[in-house]
Amino acid sequence: MKRIGDFILLVLGIVIAWQALHAWTGDGALTSPFATAQKLGALVGTAEFWNNAEATARAFVFAVLISLLGGIGLGVILGLNRTSSIVSEPILIALYSLPKVTLYPLVLLCFGLGISAKVAFGSMHGLIPVTIFTMKAIMQIKPVYWRTAHVLRLTPSQMALTVALPAVLPEVLSGARLGFSLSLLGVLIGEMFASQRGLGFLIMNAMGLGDIATIMAVAVFLTVFAVAANALLLLLDRTVIR
Amino acid sequence: MTREGWIRLLVVALFIAALEAACRGGLIPRTVLIAPSAMADSLWHLLRSGEYAADIISTLRNVVAASVLSVVLGFALGVGLHALPRLRRAVEPLLASYYAIPTFMFYPVFIVVFGVSPRAIIAIAVLLSIVAMIAGTLTGLDRIPPVLRKTAQILRMSAPTRALLIDLPAAAPHLFTGIKLAFAYAFIGVIASEFILSGSGIGYAIAYAYNNFENRKMYGLMLLVIVLATAANTVLDLIDRRLQARLQR
Repeated sequence: MKRIGDFILLVLGIVIAWQALHAWTGDGALTSPFATAQKLGALVGTAEFWNNAEATARAFVFAVLISLLGGIGLGVILGLNRTSSIVSEPILIALYSLPKVTLYPLVLLCFGLGISAKVAFGSMHGLIPVTIFTMKAIMQIKPVYWRTAHVLRLTPSQMALTVALPAVLPEVLSGARLGFSLSLLGVLIGEMFASQRGLGFLIMNAMGLGDIATIMAVAVFLTVFAVAANALLLLLDRTVIR
Repeated sequence: MTREGWIRLLVVALFIAALEAACRGGLIPRTVLIAPSAMADSLWHLLRSGEYAADIISTLRNVVAASVLSVVLGFALGVGLHALPRLRRAVEPLLASYYAIPTFMFYPVFIVVFGVSPRAIIAIAVLLSIVAMIAGTLTGLDRIPPVLRKTAQILRMSAPTRALLIDLPAAAPHLFTGIKLAFAYAFIGVIASEFILSGSGIGYAIAYAYNNFENRKMYGLMLLVIVLATAANTVLDLIDRRLQARLQR
């Protein structure tokens, strides 16, 4: 209970800091928390907002699915063999720390303007961390587990389901959490750079008009969504696994 | 080099060769992707002509400024949070879900505050990279073995001496991991901000070339970013591995 109280205090602190920043910069740069909440309330009532949110959500769902399924699959394939995992790890880490925005024009040239480019770009961000986490988790399974599985004469599919999967689940969930966040970031950046629909497009449009209230309202909406989704995944991590 | 190192080199070389063959053979149209050799050629000409020298310098300057700022600020905030356990408990769930926050959404706000200037770009890069340093500092301070603290007490070290001679070296490997990640995120932040809205820098140059269908220039610059990021991260990763190996001793 005390932790929740502390967290509420922290949120209050952030709102107060925001208000102070607003007082310092003025209305033109940063709208006040209250005005932003009001604007968000008005936005949520419009059909335009939900059209854009739906476009983002659709691309995001596909991107997350590709990142998770592809990442876990790739991670398992690479992680089961020692040589392949040692060979691929530095390559994957190099790809992970690459500024992937630079590759966005390539994605656009391959997929054209539209939802498939956004999905491809979002999964480019999410796929690699999920792969790295899964692969590392499988590499670090204690050898004694494998030996026990051999002694019990488990078939490969039994081995995967009853030994490998439970052993790597916590790490895979951490990877999934990161993949979830980065896919969202990827889809939004994609929309900000080139798109005709979506929340990222809404923000870029508002930026062109100098409409700070809309920018802040959409940013707050996305932040609350992302933090809440992440908190749910964290909770799942804690209750289901331990 | 180890066996795995040779295989890795072979994999990368084969990938590039396959790409080269697919582009030269006409499997991938020239309007989508140009051959890797053509990219290297274009990069060589760009560097020699000095056409983008100002952009390259401005990007690198922003990356360095953002990295230094987030390492210094992140270290200070990490030490502060470590000293205040109650605040830390409240902040921790926020730190854990920080990368879920689409930081770039706030870029327009910085643009209004700072104008379209390097300061807005540096601010967004710091926002993106500082949390990696805070997390690294917290882990480092948490993992100092208690026996070292006790030794310091027996030797009657003063607090500043202990911090300098015991805490800092003991936490160094984790601190360096923080620095490495902070740099990688700062690089991503600077390039992405330049890409979305800016008037200078490599990111801007790539977006400009894309909008004008100048594929050769665009791919040359892309190759430059890939080479720069990979080289810097490889060097930092090597140092990181050395330091991590020290922990195992």
